[in-house]
Amino acid sequence: METIRLHKGLDLHLAGEAQKKVLQTLEPDTVSVRPSDYRSMVPKLLVAEGDAVLAGQLVFLDKKRPQIGFASPISGTVKAIVRGEKRKLLSVEIAADKETRYAQFEKLSIAKASRQEIQKVLLESGLWAGIIQRPYGIIANPEDTPKAIVVSAFNSAPLAADINFTLKNDADAMQIAVDALAKFTTGKVYVNLSYNNGNGSPLNLLRNVEKTMFKGPHPAGNVGVQINHLCPIGKGETVWTVQPQILAAMGRLFSKGIYDVTRLVAITGPRAVETGYVRCVPGVAMKDLKAVAGVVENMDIYGQPTGVRYVSGNPLSGENVGEGGSLGFYDDTVTFLSEGNYRELFGWAKPFRMKKFSSSRAYFSWLCPKKQYKADTNVNGGERAFIVSDVYGKVLPMDIYPVYLLKAILAEDIEKMEQFGIYEVIGEDFALCEYVDPSKIEIQKIIDKGIDLMLKEMA
Amino acid sequence: MNWILRTMDKMRPTFSKGGKLGWLHSTYDAFESFAAVPSTTTSGRVHIKDAVDIKRVMIIVVVALIPAFCFGMWNTGDQHSLAFGLGWSFWMKVWYGFYRILPLILVSYIVGLGIEFIVAQVRGHEVNEGYLVTGFLIPLIMPVDVPLWVLALAVAFAVIFGKEIFGGTGMNIWNPALLARAFVFFAYPSTITGDTVWIGGLGKGVTSYAGTAHNVIDGFSGATPLAQVADGATAPDFLQMFIGNIPGSVGETSTIAILLGAILLVWTGVASWKIMVSCVAGALAVGFLANGLAEPGTFAAYPAVNHLVMGGFAFGAVFMATDPVSSAQTETGKWIYGFLIGAMCVILRLFNPGYREGMMLAILLMNTMAPLIDWCVVRKNIRRREKRAVAAK
Repeated sequence: METIRLHKGLDLHLAGEAQKKVLQTLEPDTVSVRPSDYRSMVPKLLVAEGDAVLAGQLVFLDKKRPQIGFASPISGTVKAIVRGEKRKLLSVEIAADKETRYAQFEKLSIAKASRQEIQKVLLESGLWAGIIQRPYGIIANPEDTPKAIVVSAFNSAPLAADINFTLKNDADAMQIAVDALAKFTTGKVYVNLSYNNGNGSPLNLLRNVEKTMFKGPHPAGNVGVQINHLCPIGKGETVWTVQPQILAAMGRLFSKGIYDVTRLVAITGPRAVETGYVRCVPGVAMKDLKAVAGVVENMDIYGQPTGVRYVSGNPLSGENVGEGGSLGFYDDTVTFLSEGNYRELFGWAKPFRMKKFSSSRAYFSWLCPKKQYKADTNVNGGERAFIVSDVYGKVLPMDIYPVYLLKAILAEDIEKMEQFGIYEVIGEDFALCEYVDPSKIEIQKIIDKGIDLMLKEMA
Repeated sequence: MNWILRTMDKMRPTFSKGGKLGWLHSTYDAFESFAAVPSTTTSGRVHIKDAVDIKRVMIIVVVALIPAFCFGMWNTGDQHSLAFGLGWSFWMKVWYGFYRILPLILVSYIVGLGIEFIVAQVRGHEVNEGYLVTGFLIPLIMPVDVPLWVLALAVAFAVIFGKEIFGGTGMNIWNPALLARAFVFFAYPSTITGDTVWIGGLGKGVTSYAGTAHNVIDGFSGATPLAQVADGATAPDFLQMFIGNIPGSVGETSTIAILLGAILLVWTGVASWKIMVSCVAGALAVGFLANGLAEPGTFAAYPAVNHLVMGGFAFGAVFMATDPVSSAQTETGKWIYGFLIGAMCVILRLFNPGYREGMMLAILLMNTMAPLIDWCVVRKNIRRREKRAVAAK
């Protein structure tokens, strides 16, 4: 097996990592299906309040690509349709049945099934949404034939769920899924393992795939970084990516004919009293997850009270969903962070600032490399222009000049954006650049803006 | 300590938009964010951020300048004492240096920060902390006898035309501190060239100390080592120039003090070691080449290594060339950029009899060229991507 060594990047050691134990199976009263989980998608509602739905029944479609639908993860009754400004659909709330009833789809024998048959089942069940394409990080277009399909078998982001633990019994289901997906591409299906613990990964058991080891700090586990090293994307090319927990759901769909997206979700973060894993479906309410974690409501930082931030996902690329929010479709981690709405007297001028981590040697964090820091959401400074030029490249192990790409986006220069590699990136690949940036520029938002611009231009 | 936060809470409404002094809100914000890290929280998908910010980066540079500044204070007194035969004690020399340099620093900061605050106020921006460094650098690269009004003009020119018209810190093309020096050099050359400007009071030829007037010692030359060597005179030896008790701009003379700053800058990663190393390599390359080709006894035959400790080379290589904004942005570009600064500096010294100190002009020239260097480096990346696309088809 080939090993690719990445030297750039940064591993953050944060307090609140999930203990490797299953705390409980969560059976929620309601779940929500949120259009905002899916990038650049305009929903068209299929259900009304009071309708009964099965697990795997579509609740809305993508208006622009109506063949792609989004399903309810449980069976029950549509309790509420929540709309925001200009009647924008925010979520469909579904009250759960006591026992989950599944919509039945055709069971497939993958060895014999054609691409069309597989595709039909994926689209009907709503699990197609689990296939993400590069460029742009949007749901894959069913008409495309990607040049490769890439699966990252590990999360390297801080506090993220450990796939070796969450999917340790799902190798068979994932095998069915990769065999099915192989029919969609003219190239290979790549599975990328961590050099540290890839041998113990359930994905190491997969056959008929091209396996590669990635060694190095975060973002080595980001699929975008892996693609950049295995099969970089040029203009007009697409690569598909699927997360391992979606692969397992696909395997269950093909073998049992049901839409079962249940997964183990890591409960993490410095504000969680109890960390660990919870078995649940996406869409469960944050308040249910909070009850399991036993979140610390009041915590003082520098003598000032701070609130809690509810993040669906990891602290570097998750979404702030708020206390009333729910677990995102693609997420297998929730993080409870402290809000950083405090002021720190002379913070920047103190010689020592032991509570805060800095990757820069301008502070003394390098003295205790193993220390776990209680992360909070304070920006730690004011926003400035790009000043320090070499910090970004040090945490981006891709053949890309980050500042040049960002400036091209700010200038809305499509040609330059193409030249500097907009097709190869999505926001999460630049998360560390934003993290280390002393100028405190919102880099992920700039990348997102660039991708929106490209999507508009290409439409 | 919480009383500071409470006082700020009380004052804020007055200085907020709509308050009695609302038109001063940028100024107030600058002081408030100076006293305490603001309570802003992240709003995007990156929820946590590193502790380092631009204020910290800038303060590291200021700390790195302190050895050169302290040595400069002592040396100003030492040179004065030598020139007039005063035989001062260590503390007397430091006191004299302090007394002469303090006005330079005050003028630099008051004029520069004044303009920065006004501009930020007019634009409604936050005040940038870039001037914390620039304001400290400018006095260190001036002769101690520079008239204060000339300094004030230079600072105003550098801040307005070197920085603010481009949009502030991060947008400028040239290093603002060097631009201030270049302004003095071209607009008021008599205050920054010649043999008598580098030592405090030497231009007047007489100083009064302890109630009696002292004249300059007969035959004393205030020329910098660079000028001495270029004129064929004997210069101080390498060690003396390395330590730095020689005439020159306030902070530039002591290579050892500058090296202490360089160690801090490189260790903290605030300045690029690539630029420093390649700058030295460039100077040595041209220096050795000249040594090899020159006839003995000429300036070109002067040992190349000595160029590193003369004039503004070390200070420029460590504190000026490495300015992250005006230097090359790409890592490959930094090697080329630094090398060319070092090379250009020695070329100017050897072949420009009018003005031997080439470092300032070399850096400003390469500041101008840096985007071109980057363009070539980045072009290669673009080509690689294009080739890959063609190969895929």
